[in-house]
Amino acid sequence: MKTRILLAILAVVIAGLIAVPWVASYFYIFIFTEILILGLFAASFNLVFGYTGMLSFGHAAFFGVGSYAMALVLIHLEWPFLISLLASMGAAALLALIIGFFCVRLNEVYFAMLTLAFGMMVFAIAYQWRSVTNGSDGLAGFSLGSFGLGLDLTLGNPAVYYHVVLAIVGVASVILYVICRSSFGMILRAIRQNPERVSFAGLNVRTYRLVAFVIAGAFAGLAGGLIAPFLRVASPELLHWSMSAEPILMAILGGTGYFLGPFIGAAVFVLLETWITSFTESWMLVLGVILALMVIFFRKGLLGTVVDWWMEVRK
Amino acid sequence: MSGIGSALLNSLDIGLLLFIIAVGLNIVFGVLNIINFAHGALYMLGAYLAFTLINIVGMPFWAALLLAPLGVAILAVLIDRFLLRYIYSRDVADSLLLTFALLLIINESVRMIWGSGIQVVQPPPLLAGSMSIMGSFVPTYSLFVIAMGLLLLAGLWYLFNRTRIGRIMRAAALDRDMAEALCINTRLVVTGVFAFGAWLAAVGGVVAAPMRALDPGMGDKIIIESFIVVVIGGLGSFPGALLGALILGLIHGFGGRYFPEVNMLLPFMGMALVLLFKPNGIMGKGAAA
Amino acid sequence: MTNPVLTISNLTKRFGGNTAVSGINLDVMPKETIAIIGPNGAGKTTFYNMVSGRMQPSEGSVVLDGKDITGLPPHKISRLGVSRSFQINNIFPEMTVQENVEVVLSAYHGHSRKLFNIASRNTGIQQEAIELLKRLGIDNLKAQRAEVISYGDKRLLEIAMVLATRPKLVLLDEPTAGMTPDETRRTTKLVKSLADSGDYTFLVTEHDMDVVFGLADRILVMHRGEKLFAGTPEEVKNHPEVRRAYLGEEDDETEESNV
Repeated sequence: MKTRILLAILAVVIAGLIAVPWVASYFYIFIFTEILILGLFAASFNLVFGYTGMLSFGHAAFFGVGSYAMALVLIHLEWPFLISLLASMGAAALLALIIGFFCVRLNEVYFAMLTLAFGMMVFAIAYQWRSVTNGSDGLAGFSLGSFGLGLDLTLGNPAVYYHVVLAIVGVASVILYVICRSSFGMILRAIRQNPERVSFAGLNVRTYRLVAFVIAGAFAGLAGGLIAPFLRVASPELLHWSMSAEPILMAILGGTGYFLGPFIGAAVFVLLETWITSFTESWMLVLGVILALMVIFFRKGLLGTVVDWWMEVRK
Repeated sequence: MSGIGSALLNSLDIGLLLFIIAVGLNIVFGVLNIINFAHGALYMLGAYLAFTLINIVGMPFWAALLLAPLGVAILAVLIDRFLLRYIYSRDVADSLLLTFALLLIINESVRMIWGSGIQVVQPPPLLAGSMSIMGSFVPTYSLFVIAMGLLLLAGLWYLFNRTRIGRIMRAAALDRDMAEALCINTRLVVTGVFAFGAWLAAVGGVVAAPMRALDPGMGDKIIIESFIVVVIGGLGSFPGALLGALILGLIHGFGGRYFPEVNMLLPFMGMALVLLFKPNGIMGKGAAA
Repeated sequence: MTNPVLTISNLTKRFGGNTAVSGINLDVMPKETIAIIGPNGAGKTTFYNMVSGRMQPSEGSVVLDGKDITGLPPHKISRLGVSRSFQINNIFPEMTVQENVEVVLSAYHGHSRKLFNIASRNTGIQQEAIELLKRLGIDNLKAQRAEVISYGDKRLLEIAMVLATRPKLVLLDEPTAGMTPDETRRTTKLVKSLADSGDYTFLVTEHDMDVVFGLADRILVMHRGEKLFAGTPEEVKNHPEVRRAYLGEEDDETEESNV
């Protein structure tokens, strides 16, 4: 009964999302595109943090690399969109494998420091390597060619692009959800709660953490690949630790204990950001204050707090 | 002085400054088991407070050196009393998140108060100019930085090994519950240590101010450097912080001179190298998950 | 002449200047139950840590069924058939009691590698988990969150998780610690029936001498990191050094409490 209500709500939300271009202005189409992409980014982060218990401060490295991969592929190889997205995922996954290899075997404090440090290293590389990345100016001037799969879509049209993003994020989220609900996902949750017990059950915890890290990196790369054509530029800012702060806040805002938490957090985040940046440049300050308040008082996030409250009411 | 000589001096200079900053990070970790992500921001705050005291209020450098770190330490006490105390009994991750939030808040506050532009602090007249050492001219201020570094090094060594407070801090680091059972007011120790770490960061900031231009991004740069120092040297190890800082100083001193293109990457590469062979850092222990 | 399941030779652990365990030699025969006793600080848990892979020995070797497992990481030793419980409850607090066992079963059966199944539909593992909980007498708690059940039940859950990997050798670290007398009796009976079934070989560290004498085929007495004596319960009771070093103190206590 409860599941049916939730599924009904989900169906309504999805229907609403599909209907956006026909009922809302271009402004909201852009907002929702951003929410979907960042939601996927935050959900990929939550696989590592909420599920596996690893707090990474460098997740933007994979997001940014996905963007750069998309830009580079479109500029130099002009591949169809879908194939280019695979390139984004592949590049990000490879980077996650390398960084993860160094970081995953260390305790949570080291892990936090090192993911920040390695993330900034990638930023430094993008900033300096003018010949490939065009340095601080970033890569621009790429245009979307064909979509792939023989489908002829005008990806330049924001409404079309929005639907494409909705479809891709939808499919990606389902895959991510299945992974979270699988036996593998159950082990990840166990690792967060008691990694030692998992190793005494016969599993190499390091390997599982690395696999989770790489999967998360791949999906972050996918999100990055989606955002490059949306922003029309792949720039180093996407790799900076301030970008890594965004999925952290979104996941905590929505609730790290639930799969949909990061998506809800992304929606609230984007709407808040749009509103607050309209009258102040100190968005980072607000971000910091919100994060602090959430961590201290509402650690379970919006979804977690609502669910807890609902449980109380039902008693 | 030959190129190598001046690179060496440069290394010592940078290295000891990094030591001052990184050791505060290390001390806070050793006793509180958290990494203060806002440590670099507190360093920056020290520098900017000094700027205000010197350039706007008109105080001499020495007064700023005394007052600015004190101001930052007081701020740290407030942060601990009103924010961090909620988090200490929780997961380490929550502390990391909160100090990260503080980083965002302090960074942006500095930008709002002092603007995004570059500010400059002049060294005091006593330390301006250069001295002749072994036939070359060396900036006097560099020698001052080295002297300050050595002074703090000696002071900290004495504090930890010879004083009661130092012993208390080491006890609390080793076993918080036991320390409490021995009637050591660990709440006070925690606040004190956090404030002390902030004070050290701010001292580093004031000392660094005349050497480098002040901009709102300086905190970010230094926190990454501090992380690298602490990873190379080993988290929680006092000699490790010194070793890591000196190594990083050498990397900067020689890298800046002989490999300028990859200079930004060399510290990271050094860190990765150490991680491959000694994940605990050269002198650290217990970094494995 | 059967071969021992576990052969420990000269097992030693030093921490800096302090020797926690020194030169332990022991042969554990299949299906027997050996109790390890000794005052706190005698090195019992360090001994376990070395056998289960949690710590690297400074010297000596651990051989399981002819295979040298000295210094292997815990997950490899677990795969080879050694399973241990912990002195302090080591469970998954936010999961249900049943899920706790399912996690271990999933690991054991290799399901943990499956990324695309739905764990909650895995009836085979769920059945096996319930069976195991039944055996430990706590299947009525299967849907409870593990952190809210009683301390004694948590210890039983711990044992269920230990058995889930179908080990050859089970190391129980003070299984009845902190339990009420009722729970202690229940647990002792349970471990005895498991031991009698012949499916496992047990090493049990304990402080409660009633439990020890109720379970043990042989007793290893440790003192200050060394093996003081190993033998049958009768031999141990009558061994003068053991009485002096360990049981002797116990006798005094019993006498005092009888006054």
